[in-house]
Amino acid sequence: MTRLLCLFALWLPLLAQAQLSIEITGAGAQRIPIAIVPFEGESALAPGISTIVRADLERSGFFRGLELPPLSPVPTENTNINYSEWRSRLADALLVGSVNTRPDGRFEVRFRLHDVVKQTPLGGIAYTLNKDQVRATAHRISDFVYEKLTGDKGVFSTRIAYVVKRGNRYELQIADYDGANAETALASFEPIISPAWSPDGKRLAYVSFENKKPVVYIHTLADGKRHVVANFKGSNSAPAWSPDGNRLAVVLSREGGSQMFLINPDGSGLRRLASSSAIDTEPRYSPDGQWIYFTSDRGGTPQIYRMSATGGEPQRVTFEGSYNVSPRISPDGKTLAYITRNDSKFQVALLDLTSRQVQILTDSDRDESPSFSPNGRMILLATVINERGVLSAVSADGRVKQRLSTTAGDVREPAWGPFVE
Amino acid sequence: MRALFYPMVASAVFLGACATEEQKPAAQAPVESGRPGAQPQAVQTKPVPRVEATTPGGSPFAALKDPSNILSKRTVYFDFDKFDVKPEYRPLVEAHAKFLKENPTAKMLIQGNADERGSREYNVGLGQRRSDAVKKMLTLLGVREAQVESVSLGEEKPACSEHNEDCWAKNRRDEMLYNGEY
Repeated sequence: MTRLLCLFALWLPLLAQAQLSIEITGAGAQRIPIAIVPFEGESALAPGISTIVRADLERSGFFRGLELPPLSPVPTENTNINYSEWRSRLADALLVGSVNTRPDGRFEVRFRLHDVVKQTPLGGIAYTLNKDQVRATAHRISDFVYEKLTGDKGVFSTRIAYVVKRGNRYELQIADYDGANAETALASFEPIISPAWSPDGKRLAYVSFENKKPVVYIHTLADGKRHVVANFKGSNSAPAWSPDGNRLAVVLSREGGSQMFLINPDGSGLRRLASSSAIDTEPRYSPDGQWIYFTSDRGGTPQIYRMSATGGEPQRVTFEGSYNVSPRISPDGKTLAYITRNDSKFQVALLDLTSRQVQILTDSDRDESPSFSPNGRMILLATVINERGVLSAVSADGRVKQRLSTTAGDVREPAWGPFVE
Repeated sequence: MRALFYPMVASAVFLGACATEEQKPAAQAPVESGRPGAQPQAVQTKPVPRVEATTPGGSPFAALKDPSNILSKRTVYFDFDKFDVKPEYRPLVEAHAKFLKENPTAKMLIQGNADERGSREYNVGLGQRRSDAVKKMLTLLGVREAQVESVSLGEEKPACSEHNEDCWAKNRRDEMLYNGEY
């Protein structure tokens, strides 16, 4: 908890910006019905812990919050639960808790999760927090509930990066996974593309055109300090972190064409990864660090290939269609999300690397830049709705769909950040 | 879709040709000031305007901004999924090659661009292929490699922002910038 508080203290100096709002446009077929009782005393912490937790869980597509009648007395983490009463309300799970004000003015939140079907408590945690940590605390509780009931880690405490374009102004923003608490890390009058989170979630690599050409930077989010990683003659783009954070794959044109190189995050140790007469771009490491997946048009059309992360002979990965780009490997390494062109539609496809089955996940037509949530359950992407750039998310099974949009401007280039402890 | 592209290219070439021809009367104008049978005093009217008309500012770099000079033309357009410099742009690239060779301190940044369709990073690659094509032509024409940098802006700096082939054709282009302009 102390670490959580410290992390959030680092974010405070940044200014809040226009917020993304989420609209759920599809849900999973099997949603766990959960009764989330308003926490006793939570009115001291607007908008209420239980409200945020319910929104988190419903947004995931795997839960359905039950409507509850007024309860008296309100059950809390200390109440002996009458499971058959909750079963009769059709709840599979029950979340209860309380908020107390401490003598030092801070707050204490306690909760307990119950499995109503198995008639057993699943545990709980106590948190101490300041008033401005309500959302962060609620997201932690959502993570707990999600993991206990689905077996997967929750992503409610993770952050996303994306670029907002308003007129001639570009802003690289960081926000909570749900678009709340948006902060601008970089503002520029020239384009910013390809943000990539460092594995520890503390830094972003990206491409900025502020020097009238693409240059790769690394930006430390806590203090806003940034440095040039690659500014060689020609274009410098498509940064990708190795899973250990010690190296970046980048695409440089310094020796002609668009070719992949490896470089240290401080800009030293440049070495060429591969040689071709094609465009080789969009490198991405596999989670085990063994492979680099990339886009290449060496076969005449852009397709996805992979090669050993130390170089070597590439193998072609995609075969269906004439335009397959932007490879992203799932966190478990088993599937590959990418953008495919169907007729003239650009859509997110998911390839099972074992069975070789391909599934189109979206029904939009100008999708770009897919990005897995760190638990692999969702894929965030950029698309265009009514001539405006918006972010959208789709579950890896294609059932759950969400849309994130701002009131003004185009949103693009999303990147879902890693788990942070 | 490609057919829509040709009229625009044709008009660009036509405009280029007009601009070059307009230059000649301006350069020849002083000759006409000598009328047969005029008094000797008329000679005094000739010197100052002539110098300014041919090399305004006295610097060779001024030619780059002179709308009547081919060097003020900086854009090369490309067909869909094509990267070769089309024959109609050869005189333009040749004129810039000549200028770069005659002015060793001049440096050029070639920014290649792609239309908006598809991946932003792959489009950086497509733009790079286009800027590399003009750079290659310049160096084959004898320009020193160190004078030219070819980069890509991908789909990020469209000249035209609508989502149709007319616009896309205007966006598949190279822009040539000289030092001081970028």
